[in-house]
Formats: sequence, structure tokens, C-alpha cells
Amino acid sequence: MTTESRLLRALLVSAAVLAVAIAFGLWAGYERVTVESLRADPMVRALLFRVRMPRVALAALTGAALSVVGAALQALFRNPLAEPFTLGVSGGGALGASVAIAFGWGARAWGVPLVFVASFGGAMLAVFVVYRIARAGMVVLPGALLLSGVIVNLIAASGVLILEYLTDPSRSLQILRWTVGSLDIVGFDMIWRMAVVLVPATIALLAFSRDLQLLAVDEDTAASLGVNVRRTEGAVYFLSSLLVGVTVAVGGAIGFVGLIVPHAVRLVFGQDLRVLMPVSVLLGAAFLITADTVARIAFSSTELPVGAVTALLGGPVFLWLLTRRQRAAAM
Amino acid sequence: MTPALEARDLWFAWQPHHDVIRGASFVLERGRLGALIGANGSGKSTLLRLLTGLLTPTRGEALFDNVSLRRIPARERARRIAWVPQSTPAAFPFTALEVVLTGRSPWSPRFHFENEADRAIAQEALDTVDAGHLADRPITELSGGERQMVTLARALAQKPECLLLDEPAAALDLKHRSALVRTLAGLRDRFGLTALVVTHDLQLIDPAFDRVFAITCGRVVADGPPTEVLTSASLAAIFDDPHVRTARIGERTVVWSE
Repeated sequence: MTTESRLLRALLVSAAVLAVAIAFGLWAGYERVTVESLRADPMVRALLFRVRMPRVALAALTGAALSVVGAALQALFRNPLAEPFTLGVSGGGALGASVAIAFGWGARAWGVPLVFVASFGGAMLAVFVVYRIARAGMVVLPGALLLSGVIVNLIAASGVLILEYLTDPSRSLQILRWTVGSLDIVGFDMIWRMAVVLVPATIALLAFSRDLQLLAVDEDTAASLGVNVRRTEGAVYFLSSLLVGVTVAVGGAIGFVGLIVPHAVRLVFGQDLRVLMPVSVLLGAAFLITADTVARIAFSSTELPVGAVTALLGGPVFLWLLTRRQRAAAM
Repeated sequence: MTPALEARDLWFAWQPHHDVIRGASFVLERGRLGALIGANGSGKSTLLRLLTGLLTPTRGEALFDNVSLRRIPARERARRIAWVPQSTPAAFPFTALEVVLTGRSPWSPRFHFENEADRAIAQEALDTVDAGHLADRPITELSGGERQMVTLARALAQKPECLLLDEPAAALDLKHRSALVRTLAGLRDRFGLTALVVTHDLQLIDPAFDRVFAITCGRVVADGPPTEVLTSASLAAIFDDPHVRTARIGERTVVWSE
């Protein structure tokens, strides 16, 4: 089967999965939304259009962005354990967003919320620090990469904690959300603002999928095959920071989505980044919609933060991948 | 003969004031098979990277077809010069065919997938290096030697005019070493391929190779046909080892150190 037909088949399957996830996300909850109840009850219509739809849209945008960034970073660093959370990118973004909230930067510049800008700045700084530490000459050291990611996350978490202590209680509570990640109700206004950034950035990242396919094999080989490695690296860092920064600014640091989704896609559709990345966009959206819906309906008494659900699922996946990698290295 | 590959007073330093390549100059003519030999740390791999365009010299010029590599756009360079590294680490279980198909990327536009012709070329490249049976195997499960053959097939799939190989035989068994030399000599004779091979295996060179370049401390110190360079006196100086001996067996030069 050619790569083209594999991509087409994979896109069709994932689009169907996404459609089911959207339907599930809109239907499930304390109040189940059915066609009959929609016709009969204006409250149900309000629930669907004002609460569930924005939440599903936010989960879809966030899941898609985190997953495609995970796939891209894994290829760029040639490390299956890389993803925005493990590399400290989400942590850096959360610290940036917390600074913006703590200082009351609710303002917008040219329509862009400053919290987006601060979160993007934090994410970009985290990528820069982790990359500088992990790169030794012509190689990126996998151990140093993950370890520096963990440390950057710890430093960022401490920064967030200090800000929580120092700011007033209302802002402190707002910051608390970022520490676990949650997809609370946001209006369509915020979703449009996110989409304006996320959709073009995702498309731009997808445009690098062939270069990333070559980089995933070997960096020097990619360079010998005509890839401008430094330019690709710079573009992927910029776009990844933008995607993670904006999603973190709204939904907080939701971990492990960028790990679980690309690896699940690999198991089903293979390793080719030109298939993996676009499919991760669709299935990442489907995954986070489903995880968020489960977080909403798992306990009737309360809602769980979606970040806790993804961490519960993603932690074991990370450990499984780590064990597999250790075994492969020992062979 | 036209010069294909030329090092013109090349200098390179990984760190300031620590030159690894110090005024290396040589010419490999089109359609010739050259071997680059020298002691460990003499700068062979660095010189090869300079000739691939992966590194930029601090001074001097690396040329292909009389044009500086700096002036050849990266994708065009990738269509003309292919590079085989010493080893290729494998982080992801790409199939061997997927790895070989990456060699076709310089030939296709950015947003195009490989077509049937590309797949046929990739499969043919695998068959050429006797690795056709590995096509669907994940590279993470291949031995070092098998992986090296896949890397060589990837370079052949580039359909280059010039191949630069960095110790390609290091992980290969006896059968595949001689098969590698036969493949390179065959491509030279049939298609006029130019190839430069960095090697520590001096038995590989004679009689298949046309020229031997020896490098010591970043300089090319010997340059000639194998029978001229592969002598006890010359090799003793190149490797700083007075115990080097050579002998002729039929058409071959055999080298050992006592």
C-alpha cells in the first residue's frame, strides 16, 4: 500500500473516531442531550450550545495541538518519550500564564490576550533551556533531555507555587487551575481567539512533516538529504511553543496527551511522520474530548480535572515506553 | 579526466585554535573509486563531512564538479552526493524500506509522496546490497551489519553521481565486505559512479580501488594508486608504526602489523 493511500485510509478512520467522540462529548453528562430533549427544552439547547459545544471545541483544539506537538518533538529529538509535558514546555507555559494572571495582565494587544503571549514566552524559554542543556555538539543526549525537562517542570512548578502564595486569593485560585489542567467552561469568544492561532500553527507544523520524517531517522542523514536542520529545528520550536503556550494559557498544563496519542497512532498506522502527524491532529482531538467527558461523568458528585485523567493514563504509558527502550538498549 | 571531488586547502576546527583538518588537498576524478586511510583521529571522517557539505570549512574550498559546495543548493547536492555514516542510531522502528525511501526525498517536491517508481528504486537498492529480504523488517530489530546495508541502500536510492562512505565495512561480515567492494566497483564501471571510502580495512582496497589518499594530522600525506601507497615504508609513516608489513598475493596487497 502506498503512503498516500495509507494516509487517506488513516484520515477516514480517525475522522470517524473524532465524529463519535464529538457526539459522545455533546451527549454525555449530568443532563443527557437527545434530539427529543433538544426540541422540547430550551434549557437543553442552551446547555448544548453554550456549555457542551465550547467545551468539546476547546478539548478538540487542545488535544489536537498537544498531540501534533508531541509527534513533532519526538521526531525532532529522536526520542519516543519527548512530549510537551515531559520536556518542561507545558510547565514553562504555565509559569508564563501564571505571571500574567498574578500581575493582572488581563489586557489584550491587537486582540491577542497577553496571557497567550506570556504563556508562549514561558514555553519558548523552557524549550530553549532544555535544548541547550541536552545538545552536546552534534547529538541530543536523551537522558539529559528528559532530566532537564523534569527539572524545568520543577522550577516552573515552584515559580507557580510562589506566585499563588504572593497574589490575592481570587487570582491564586485562578492560578491553581493551571497546575493540573482543566477544560472549564470558556465562551466561543476565547475559542475563536485560540483557533486563529492554533489552526495556522498546526498547518505550518504539518508542512514540516517530511523534514521531521527524515530527522526522525537521523539528523546528519537528514542534512545530507537536503534538510535545513537548523531552520527546521527553529520553526518546530517556535510553532510547538506557540501551540503549547496558547493551549496552556486556556486549559492549563494537561500532561501526556502528546505521548499517548502519537504512540497509539504508531501502533495502528505505522511510523511515517507524514501519516502520524495529521492523524495525531484528529485522534488527539478525539482523545481529549473523550478524556474530558470521562472526567465530567466519572463521579456524579464532582468533576475531575482532565489533566489528572490524562496523567493517570499517560504515566503508565511513559513507564511502558521507558522499559521498552531500556530493553532495546540492553539488547 | 574531470575532477569530481576536490579538497582545495581545506581547514576545519571543531573548537577555536584546534584545527582538525589542516590544509588538506586532493582530487578524485570522475568515475574513480578512492580510499581515504589514516590513523584514528587523523581527521578522515571530518574530511568526509566537509566533502559532503555537512560541515563548512573554516578556510579553503570543497568542490564538486569544479563548483564550490557552498554554491550548490542543499537539495541539488543531495541528488548528486550521497553520504553513508559510520552508524545510524535507530530511535523508531521504521521499516528498512521506509528508511531507504528517505533517499528518494531529494527527488520529489515537498508535498508529494513517493510514487511507484521511487518504491521500485528503493527495493532495487535493497536488492543490490543483498538486503531485499529486510524490506519490511523494523530497523530497530536489525543487527549493526544489516542496518549498515540498509543505510547503504538508502544512499544508492538517492541515485547519486558520487558516494561518500564512512567506514561502511566496519560492521559487515567477510562475505558482505567483498560484496560491498564488488557493488561499488560495479556501479563505477556501469554508471561511472565516483566513490570515496573511509576505511581501516586496508585489505579491501587493492585491486578494486583506483586511488588511495592517506591523511595524517589533517593533511593528505600520500596520494596515488594502491600499489604505490600500500607499501611497508609508506604505511609505516602514515600509521606511525614501524611494524607494518605488506605482501602481494596475486593481484592483492595484504597488510598486517607484526
